This record gives sequence, C-alpha cells and structure tokens, in this order.
Amino acid sequence: MSRSTWSRIRRGLRREAPAVALGLAGALVAFLPGLGTSAAPVERSLRVEASRYAYAPGVITVNAGDHVTLELVATDVVHGIYLDGYDLQVTADPGQTARLSFVADRPGTFRFRCSVTCGPLHPFMIGKLRVGGGPFLWRWAGMAIVAALAGVWGARRWRATS
Amino acid sequence: MARYELTQFASVRAILRNRWPQLVLQLVAVAGLLLVLLAALVGTPVGSRNFGVVAVWIGWWAVLMILAVPAAGRGWCAICPLPLPGEWLQRRSLLGPQGPAFGLGLRWPRRLRNLWPQNVIFAAVAVVSAVVLTQPRLTGLVLAGLILAAIAVSLVFERRSFCRYLCPVGGFIGLYAQAAPIGIRVKDTTVCASHREKTCYTGSDQGYGCPWQVYPGALARNSACGLCLECLRTCPHDNVAVVLRTPGSDLSGSSRRGLDEAFKGFLMLGSAAVYAAVMLGPWGALKSAAAAIGAWSWAGYAAGLLLFAFSVLPGTFLGAVLLGRRVSPSAASLRHVFSSLSAALVPLGLSAWVAFSLAFALVNLSYLWPALSDPMGWGWDLLGTAGVAWTPYLSSAVPGVQAMLLLGGLGWSAWVAVRMGRALNGDERIAWPVVGWCVLMTVGLLWLLVG
Repeated sequence: MSRSTWSRIRRGLRREAPAVALGLAGALVAFLPGLGTSAAPVERSLRVEASRYAYAPGVITVNAGDHVTLELVATDVVHGIYLDGYDLQVTADPGQTARLSFVADRPGTFRFRCSVTCGPLHPFMIGKLRVGGGPFLWRWAGMAIVAALAGVWGARRWRATS
Repeated sequence: MARYELTQFASVRAILRNRWPQLVLQLVAVAGLLLVLLAALVGTPVGSRNFGVVAVWIGWWAVLMILAVPAAGRGWCAICPLPLPGEWLQRRSLLGPQGPAFGLGLRWPRRLRNLWPQNVIFAAVAVVSAVVLTQPRLTGLVLAGLILAAIAVSLVFERRSFCRYLCPVGGFIGLYAQAAPIGIRVKDTTVCASHREKTCYTGSDQGYGCPWQVYPGALARNSACGLCLECLRTCPHDNVAVVLRTPGSDLSGSSRRGLDEAFKGFLMLGSAAVYAAVMLGPWGALKSAAAAIGAWSWAGYAAGLLLFAFSVLPGTFLGAVLLGRRVSPSAASLRHVFSSLSAALVPLGLSAWVAFSLAFALVNLSYLWPALSDPMGWGWDLLGTAGVAWTPYLSSAVPGVQAMLLLGGLGWSAWVAVRMGRALNGDERIAWPVVGWCVLMTVGLLWLLVG
C-alpha cells in the first residue's frame, strides 16, 4: 500500500476512534460479568401469596443457580403465576397451595404475572424475580452514559459532515 | 436536511390525490369503531374477553405507538374515525367539496390556540386510565364522549378544531410526529408566496382548505399537520409534496416552541413512567389506588401523577437549564431556552412509550384472538379462535428490546439537545446538564420497565 493510502486509513481511524471507543465501552458495560458476590447455589423454598391484584412478596431475589420452589397460595380467587424468561406457569385455587420448581440458571430480572383472569386489573398483576445480585442499576447507568455520549458525538459528527 | 419526495412519482401522486383510497380506509375505521362501541357498551363486562377493550387498548394502541406514530407520525389522524361523523356533517359530504360548510363556522378562540386544552384533557384521562383500560363500559363511554364532542365542536367551530385543539390523542401524536420520517412540505416557498389565492388554506373546487388550520406554505414542523392530503389536492401549482426526511428533522430547527409543547413533553414522559409503575410494576397498593376512583387513595395517586408530570419533571429540568446557562451564559430568555431544549424530551418520551407499549401489547396480544371470534363475549366462536388460551409472546426477548429502545432514545435525545444548544447559543455546553437529566430519566425508566 502506498504512503497516502496508509495516511488516509490513519486519518479515518482517528476520525472514528470515538465511535470505536464508545462501542467498546458499551460492550464492556453490557457484557462484563457482575461484580456482586456469587453465592453457592442453595435449595430455596418461597411462599408467595396472591390476592387481587398483587403478589406478596412482590419482588423475589435468589442467587443464580438456586433450586427454587415457589409455593403459590391464592387467598381470594383463582390466581396463577407465569414466569417470563423461564416460560413456566402454575395455577392455584383459593386456599390451596401450588408449587413451581425450577433452577434459577438465567441471571437477570424477570416479571411473573397472573395467568388466570382474576378481575378487572388482572393484566396488571405482576411481580419480579431477581436472579443474582449483580449491579444491574450501575450497569444501566453505565450504558445510559455511553448512549448519551454516543448521541453527543453523533451531533458533533453530524455538524462536521453537514 | 435530506429529503426525498415520494410524490415525484405520478402513480403515488395520483393515489394520494384520489379521495377514494382514503375514504375506504376511513369507512373501515368507522366500521371498526362501531363494533368497538357495540362490544364495549353491550358486550361482556369482562375486559379481557371484550372486543372493545382488547381491540382498542391492546390492538389499536400497539399499532399506533409501536408502528404508526414512529413511522408515519400523524398518519393515523388521516383515517381516525372519531372526528369523521362531525366532519362529514360539517362538510355535508363524504368526498369532495359540496358548497358552504354546515354549522356556525366560528374561529377557535385565540386564547385556546395552543396545546394546553389537550394537556388538561389528556391529564384528566390519564388519572382514570387504569380503570378505563380495563372496564368495557367506561371505554365505550370515553369513545362515545369523544365522538359527540367532535360533532359538537364541528358544528360550532370551523374545520377540525376538535382534532387540532382538543383531542387528547392527537396532542401526543403531534408531539411525537416530529420524530417521524414522513411529512408534508412545500417544494418551493416562493411559489406559495406569489400564489395570491392560497387555495391550500382557503380551499377550491378540488379540495378543502387545510382542515388543521395550517398554512402549508409555512409548514416547518409535523406537529399540527394531520396528513389529510387536502393541500396536495388544492395546490394548482403542484407545489406540495409528501416527503421522506431524516427522522427528527423538526427537533433541531430554530422554530419557536412554547411552554405548552414543553409541558406536553413532560406530561407524556411522566405518564409513561407512572403507567410503567402502575401497570408493569410489582406494587399492589399503587394499582389499587389507581383503580379506586373517588377514594382518598385514588386522589393521592392522581395528585402524585399530576405533581410528577407538571411539577417534579419540569422543576428538575428547569434546574438543568439554569445550570446550563451558568456553564454557558446565553442572551436568550430562560423561557426560550427551557422550551427549546425541551425538544430533547421527544425522542426519549417516544422510546419510553414504545417500550411500555411493547411489553403491554405482546403480553396481552393473545386476548385478541378469542375477542375477535367472540366480540361480545356471548359464547360465539365465529373464527374458531374463541378457545385460544392466553399466551404471552416473546416475553424473554422484550426486556432486551426495551433496554435497546430506551438507550437509543436517550442517544437521540442527547443528539437533539446538543444540536439545539448550538442553535440557541452557538455552544453545546448549555445543553450538557439537560443531557445529564435525560440520563437520569433513562436510568429510572430502565429500572421501571426492565429492572
């Protein structure tokens, strides 16, 4: 390759360096393993009471790899649990306990929601399962900062090229 | 800004000028609305089995917020069935002009020519929406009320005053239409300047004067243009075009924004966050409060929503603007800087609404199949799908897509803020605190929607 070609490539790399750096930073923040302590998996049995239109507790936190059994107790009418991400569900009649067992092998936050029409606000009957105590909030904050910097860089670049 | 004229092709121009395709779509929408009203008012009271509730709040809402508004801006307004009875009555025609308009034809009061009435009506609906969304009768009554209001306004005031100044849906579609990649613009403003009759505004035997009370020759933003295509029909110089343009072109221009538009942005962003907490969050007490209309708990919820949208968000945003002016002193008034930088709320707000709607719609879309087969909930099975069980679609993929949407919206908002800062002050630093404000807002939305 001629000297001028190398020079053009160098100039291009210099021009695109912020984009490359932002891309790398975004990937790093998004895919870096969690910094939280990774506890050994345990057997975990959790009682979840369902009544219109909430679960108690509404937020469940387990460690990645835990063998989890949710004991669903419906206190008023028939309720169910459908667990997003794991695609599991179970239904409990009033006063009865239904069990849902699974290995929490997917880290992250997952909604669980009532799977049986239980009243007007049924579509809003939702709880959360947190698998792993990773620094999710810090990860989002990091990704948000990277996204904002990308927008600022884009605006500067737009100005330079237009 | 780059733009590409879709109407440069004779076939496209002919289809868009022809009234029949639009009328057919309008009639289909009217038929759908009648079915929705019938189901909502006389069908089963179980929301998830009632076609009225499912079609409007899952089907229509999803199509509107996820596809129609981001891709076509106010395209929905061109076929929306709500104002059509009033408009047809006012025009005394389903198609072209048939003589003078029916009704008083008064001009909309000058003091109300802004977005405040729409903001107030949207806020009034927002505080009762948890119930309206789930109760068929209330859904029917709200829709019937909007149709009757549109008819009454059409008989008293000129053109589409209801759509332009009152419709709560039209208000936010207009706000987010600024981000859309499609719009109507004139090709050459000097042609408009020399055209004495201004038939695009006054009308001609070829079509109506702009129903949205906009002079197309000065159209710089999508907010108030209903894409009804009348100006395409009435311009004798073929000087009006439907264009594809860089999405969000309207957001970094120098055209003045008012506080009404800024507060529309806060109201929409705030209600998206509150809806995410109420409808997708794990807080049962909040859901109960939102649904207990008339109770003290509901009053607290309503006050909280209004306070958040009209006070907390604008107040903190004002703090960011003041900080920006300290970093980079500006000769422009505080009001002007505040209103201009509020354009940054549009991409973030739109992405928040798309992310919220995506989760809500995909989880509940399967209710549509039984409702289509048994619209009234009376035990019919017209399409053989009445027994389809509830199944949430793509529930594993949705959080990732929501996160990408919110982060993309944030990047776009930062882009808009920086460009607006430069347009205001020649110095992007005035916008940096606003970018920081958008980052914090995005982290909050990520926590509510994905976390």
